[in-house]
Parts: sequence; C-alpha cells; structure tokens
Amino acid sequence: MPELTPSQTVGPYLALGLTWPDGHLVVPEDAPGAIVVHGVVTDGAGEPVPDAVVETWQADADGRFDHPEDPRGGSGFRGFGRCLTAPDGSWRVVSVKPGAIGDGQAPHIDVSVLARGLLDRVVTRIYFPDEQAANAADPLLATVPQERRSTLLAVPDGPGRFRFDIRLQGEGETVFLAV
Amino acid sequence: MTTSPPTHVRGYAPAPAGTHPNLDWPAYRSTELRAPKHRPILLPHRLTEVTGPLLTGPAGPADNDLTRQHAGEPQGQRIIVFGRVLDSDGRPVPDTLVEVWQANAAGRYAHQNDNWPAPLDPNFTGSGRVVTDSLGNYSFTTIKPGAYPWRNHHNAWRPAHIHFSLFGRAFTQRLVTQMYFPDDPLFPYDPIFNSVPDEAARKRMIATFDLDATKPEWALAYRFDIVLRGREQTPFEEPHA
Ligand SMILES: [Fe+3]
Repeated sequence: MPELTPSQTVGPYLALGLTWPDGHLVVPEDAPGAIVVHGVVTDGAGEPVPDAVVETWQADADGRFDHPEDPRGGSGFRGFGRCLTAPDGSWRVVSVKPGAIGDGQAPHIDVSVLARGLLDRVVTRIYFPDEQAANAADPLLATVPQERRSTLLAVPDGPGRFRFDIRLQGEGETVFLAV
Repeated sequence: MTTSPPTHVRGYAPAPAGTHPNLDWPAYRSTELRAPKHRPILLPHRLTEVTGPLLTGPAGPADNDLTRQHAGEPQGQRIIVFGRVLDSDGRPVPDTLVEVWQANAAGRYAHQNDNWPAPLDPNFTGSGRVVTDSLGNYSFTTIKPGAYPWRNHHNAWRPAHIHFSLFGRAFTQRLVTQMYFPDDPLFPYDPIFNSVPDEAARKRMIATFDLDATKPEWALAYRFDIVLRGREQTPFEEPHA
C-alpha cells in the first residue's frame, strides 16, 4: 500500500499559490442570513501572524454537507472559506451560521490554520456563543478542560458578527485538535 | 429531503509516527513562537471531518502551464511535473484541486517580500492549479525552480522545491507539502526537509526523473505521486442523541 506524503510548511510566499479573490466568501456578502466570522492570528509573543491562511469547513444552515458522505444530499453549499491574514494578522470569512447536524454535536465550523513556521496545519473548531444548551451537550467540548473551553467559542461582535481570535502559542493558547 | 444524519462514520487512519514533522522544531527558527505548547486534543472523526470541499475551480485553462501565463517564455529549464494522487488504501483521489507555487529559475519568488539579489522574470509568476482526473492523475508544465537563500541560520539555502496544496475528498485529507528534486546537494543542510523524522518518509517528498515522460526537444519530466490518508478499517462508533 502506498505510504503517506509528509507535510511541510506553506512558507512565507503562500499568497502566490493560495490566493482566491472570493476565498473568504462562502456566501456573497448580501446573501440572506449571511454572518461574518473574523479575528486575528497571533504568535507566542502576542504579535500578529501576517503570513497565515485560515480555512473553514462547515455544514449549511440546515446542518447538511454538499458531499457524497452526507446521505441527506447536498444543497450546493460550498461550505469552504479561505482567508489569508493581513499584515495585522486579521482574517475574515462571510458565511451562514451552520445548523446542527443532528448527531448530537453543537453547531460548529472546522478550521485549519497554515503559516510560515507551522510545519503542519493546526486544526481547531469554532462554536457559537448563542448555543449554550447545544454546547453543553457537545461531545468534543466535553473533552476539553473547562478552563480552555472558551478558546473554542466565538465572541458576539454585533449583529451577524462573531469574533474568533486564534492564539498559536502562549497565554490563552487556542485549543488545537488532533484529526 | 430526509433529515436523519448518518449515525456512524468511518474515520480516516492516523499517520504512522515519524511521517509528519513535529511542530516544535528549533532548527527551523520560525517554529519557536508559532508551535503550540499544549498537546492537541483528539477530535474523533464525525461527519464534518469525513466530508470536505470538493472543489474543481477556480482552475482555469492556462493554470496548469506556468510557462504560458505571460506574453513571452520564462527563462530556465522547462519541465513537466506529473503524478497520481492516491490515498493510503491505494485508491485514486479523483477530481481534486492541486495548487502549486514556486520560485523562478533563479530562485526568486514573484512576491513583494522576496527581494534577494536574483532576477525576477517578467514571464513567470510561479503559481498554478490543476484538477486530478478520474484516476487521480495530474500534470503541469513549469520551469525548474532555483535554490534560494533564507535567513534561518548562517548561509542557509533552501533546496529547489515546488509547494503543493491538496484538499483530497475530506477535511482530514488536507495536505500542504513541498516537492523536491533528486540528488539535491542541499538536503543535508535544510531544516525544513529534515523536519520529517522518518528518513523513508522524507524521501517520498523527492520526485523521480522519468525519461519516458520526457518530451524530446521540449521538456524533462519528473514524477511526484502524492499519498493522502486512507480510511480506518472499522467505523467509529458514534454515541448520539
Ligand atoms: Fe519555498
């Protein structure tokens, strides 16, 4: 059987290969129910990380994936967002709030972060602050130490806006997940 | 539409130890403030992880020929880079977007932050996209990138390489890697190449010269097969409401 190809860093010039004009638009800005999820990526010194890319993957508003492994069928929803960080470490994705899949998990977005200085991607999840009951029953959140759980919760930031900062290292380090 | 989600999903097998770099790798100095200090928490694979973006765009017609993106031909050795994208069960990964980026023949990137004294090439941008066919095959035409210096340590040079980004068919299969060329004298000195602990795994990042695929009086050819994660042998038992 073939053996896996190793991971390597995206390096400093990722913008050359990974820039898409509409990468951050999972849905158009003016789509009904559109939300903005945004934040900054910072390093262990609290400095912004200007050469990272944040990628998101999520269900549609009904909790479905447009993918053959979802037996309920797809809605044509792209589900994928990609935003390179700006010089101030900021990123921003326009999407819809994912619905509950119906398998006991709270609504969530899977996130990959790749950057210069990261030899492999790091993975985390965004949960929503207005889903307290669902979050309390979520099987993954239950395995995260209480004192670090808040790093997986987006922060309300105005109507239809959620803030999710990603701290790669140090104080308030984001919980990263082994997939 | 039906509304019941799958109650079981079959997850993806973990990578054998030594296949991927440890994030904390002091020889590559940029890891120092960026590698997380906490151990990652296990995310058992559920529907979100075994699905993923099935993107075939935004690859355009000229995107797989990096020598034809400008009015003139770029400087350097024209090469064909091709191969198959497979999973570790041996199955091809069809219809998946492959993104590549690289330096020009002189080792310089067409990027504002790369300003070491090597020439830019007005006929070379160094980025391309290609989608695998139904058997997982891909191919693109480019020029052989040069080695380039970086400031990681005294007299540090990266071996010539092409950056590759792949999605596969699931969130768990996402991979970004670098393809290297055979017999590069810089291998022993490169902390990024050597961040992969297992020597056999490291060698899987090196393309092989393929005379049969070479086009006479046109281009040399290198084969680079890429292997993404395959499935777990048994489905993950999902306790659900
Ligand atoms: Fe590079």
